[in-house]
Amino acid sequence: MNSTKFAPWADPEAKPLIRFQNVTKRFGTFTAIDNLSLDIYEREFFALLGPSGCGKTTMMRMLGGFENPTEGRIELAGKDISGVPPNKRAVNMMFQSYALFPHLTVWDNIAFGLRRDSKPKPEIEARVAEMLKLTRLEKFAKRKPHQISGGQRQRVALARSLAKAPKLLLLDEPLGALDKKLRQDTQFELMDIQEKTGTTFVIVTHDQEEAMTVASRVAVMDEGRLMQVATPDRIYESPNSIYVADFIGEVNIIEGTATPDGEETYRIDWADGQEPIRATSARSFATGEKCALAIRPEKVTISADRPAEAVNAVQGKVLDIAYLGNISTYHVELPSGTVIKAQTANTRRISRRSFTWDDPVWLSWTVTGGVLLAE
Amino acid sequence: MNRLSWFNTVSLTLGFAFLYIPMVILVIYSFNESKLVTVWAGFSTKWYGQLLKDQAFLNAAWVTLKVAVLSSTIATVLGTMAAYVMVRSGRFFGRTLFSGMIYAPLVMPEVITGLSLLLLFIGIGLDRGVMTIVLAHTTFSMCYVSVVVSSRLVTFDKSLEEAALDLGCTPAEAFRLVTLPIIAPAVVSGWLLAFTLSLDDLVIASFTSGPSSTTLPIKIFSAVRLGVSPEINALSTVMIGIVTVGVIATSLITKTQKVRQQRDEQEAARTQE
Ligand SMILES: Nc1ncnc2c1ncn2[C@@H]1O[C@H](COP(=O)(O)OP(=O)(O)OP(=O)(O)O)[C@@H](O)[C@H]1O
Ligand SMILES: [Mg+2]
Repeated sequence: MNSTKFAPWADPEAKPLIRFQNVTKRFGTFTAIDNLSLDIYEREFFALLGPSGCGKTTMMRMLGGFENPTEGRIELAGKDISGVPPNKRAVNMMFQSYALFPHLTVWDNIAFGLRRDSKPKPEIEARVAEMLKLTRLEKFAKRKPHQISGGQRQRVALARSLAKAPKLLLLDEPLGALDKKLRQDTQFELMDIQEKTGTTFVIVTHDQEEAMTVASRVAVMDEGRLMQVATPDRIYESPNSIYVADFIGEVNIIEGTATPDGEETYRIDWADGQEPIRATSARSFATGEKCALAIRPEKVTISADRPAEAVNAVQGKVLDIAYLGNISTYHVELPSGTVIKAQTANTRRISRRSFTWDDPVWLSWTVTGGVLLAE
Repeated sequence: MNRLSWFNTVSLTLGFAFLYIPMVILVIYSFNESKLVTVWAGFSTKWYGQLLKDQAFLNAAWVTLKVAVLSSTIATVLGTMAAYVMVRSGRFFGRTLFSGMIYAPLVMPEVITGLSLLLLFIGIGLDRGVMTIVLAHTTFSMCYVSVVVSSRLVTFDKSLEEAALDLGCTPAEAFRLVTLPIIAPAVVSGWLLAFTLSLDDLVIASFTSGPSSTTLPIKIFSAVRLGVSPEINALSTVMIGIVTVGVIATSLITKTQKVRQQRDEQEAARTQE
C-alpha cells in the first residue's frame, strides 16, 4: 500500500478539477438534476452509479458541453464552463450509444480526433496503432462500424475517446457489452492508463462490481440527487441510507426501535418474542427512535448450534439455497416470517454441504457487523 | 420465382401498356421517312441528322442544360441548408411559420409562382434571360430538395455530430466531415429531382425566359402548336434515351453498392471470434 494515500477529497486545501455548484437541469417541467453539488478531483476515477433515468448521462452531457445547466454553475479547473462549446473543452466523451461514424473505417474513427489537432501523420498512425492494440481491434481496422459486432463497436468508441489523451475523460457505460473476461481486462487497462497519464475519469456504470474495482470514489444517485459520495469500501461498509445499502450489493434490513445501551451501542427491539439485537453506531439514536439495521449476507454466520459467544443470534429454517459456485447464499426464514440471507464461501465440494432445505439453523453476527440507519 | 396468375398478368400488361404505348409510338414515328406524322413511309434516321443541323434546337438544348445544372446546384445548397436549420434548430419563435413557408411552393400553382417572379424581375429591372430562369427554377425546386433532405435528417443520429464536436470539430467541420457524407445520398437525390424538375418545366420558364433564352420545353411546345413534326419526335426520343440511361445507371450503382455491403457483412460475421 502507498504510504501517502490518494485522497484529495479529504484535503481541504485541494482544488477540485470539476465543481458542480447547486446545479439543476430541467427538461421542460421535468427535473433531471436537482440542486446537485459535487467536487471531483484531478486524477480521480469517479464512478456514477444509479438506476436507469436518474440523470447520469445528463451529468456527463453537461460536462461535455452538450447541455447547459438550468441553474447553478459548473467549473472546470476553476473556470465557469457554461457557454464553452464542446470542441473548446479539454474533455472527451464516450457516448452511451457509441456514436461511431458509419461512413468511416474503424481506423479513421479512431484517428478522427487526432486529425483535428493536425498532428503529424506518423504520430497519428502510431497513436491509432497503439489504441487498436489496446482494444484488440487490429484485425478490424479496415472494417466499417456496421461490419463489426456490438462489443467490438464499444471498443472502437472507447479507443476513439482515449486516443486524444484528454485531461478529463467521460465514459458512459464503456464496458456494458463486453464479456466478463474482456471487461475485467479492459478495467485494468483503464486503471493502468489512468495511472500512467494522470487522466481524470468519470465513468457511468450499471455494474457495481465494476464501480468497486475501478473507482477512487463512487457517487450513488437517485432521481437527480446524490445519495452518497464516498470511497467504494465506505459505500459498501457504511452506507448512509437504506437506499444506498440496498442499491449496492445484497443486504438484510431489520427494522426496529433503538435504545441507547452503553457508548455508541444500541439495543434494537425488532420483533415480539425475539431477543433484542445489539449494534454499534457512530450516529446517535434517541430512545425509542425508529431505526433499521443493514447487514450484509457475508457478515452473517450460519451454524447448526448457537455459537456460545455470539452477541446476536436468531434461529430459523433454511428456505432456499442459491448456489453461485464460489459462494452459496442461504435464505433463512425466522419464526417472525422475516427472511435473512447468509452467505458462506464454498470451501468444500457441494456433495458435502452442511445444510439443506428445511434444516433448523442459527444465524449470528457481531455487534459491529451491521450498520444502524435511520428510517 | 412464382408464376403470375392470370389476373396479375392482365393487370400488369394493361398498366405497362398505359404507361408506355404513347412513348413507343413516339419513338417509332421518329424513325419515319415521311414528313407526315401519321403516315408510315419506311425507316429513316434523317430527322436526327436534321436535328443536329438545327441551330435553334441546339441553342435551346444548351440553355436548358445550363439552367438545369445551375438551378439544381443552387437549389441543393440552399435547400440542404434550409432543411438543416429546420430540423436542427429545435423550437424557435415562428418556426412553424417558417417551415410552412418553405413548403408552400410545393402546392402553389405554377402559374402564380411564374407570374409573381415575372413581376419581381420587371420590378427590379432584371433583363429576362438565362439568369432569370435559373433564379426562378431555384426558387421552386429548392423546397423539393429541402423536403427530401429533411426527411433524411430527422432520422440522422444527432449524437454523431456531438461526437464530432467532442473530438474537436467546429460546427462547420462537423457538418462537412460527418453530417454531409452521411446524408449525401439524400442530397444527391434532391439534386437529381431539382435537375429533372428544371429540365421539363414549361410554365415557369415561359414566364421568366427572354427572347434569347428559350428552353427545350418552350421550343417543343411552340413548335407543336404549328403542328407535330418528325423532328420533334426525334428530339423527344433523344430525351427519353438520356433519361433511360440515367435511370439504369443509378439503379446499377445502387445495386452494386448493396451487393458489396452484403458481402462485407457476411465477411464480418464469418471472421468473428
Ligand atoms: N433531452 C431531453 N428531454 C427531456 N427529457 C430528457 C432529455 N434527456 C434526458 N431526459 C430525462 O432525464 C432523465 C435522466 O436521463 P439520463 O439520460 O441522464 O438518465 P441515465 O441516468 O443516464 O439513465 P440510463 O442508465 O438509462 O442511461 C430521464 O428521465 C430522461 O427521460
Ligand atoms: Mg445514460
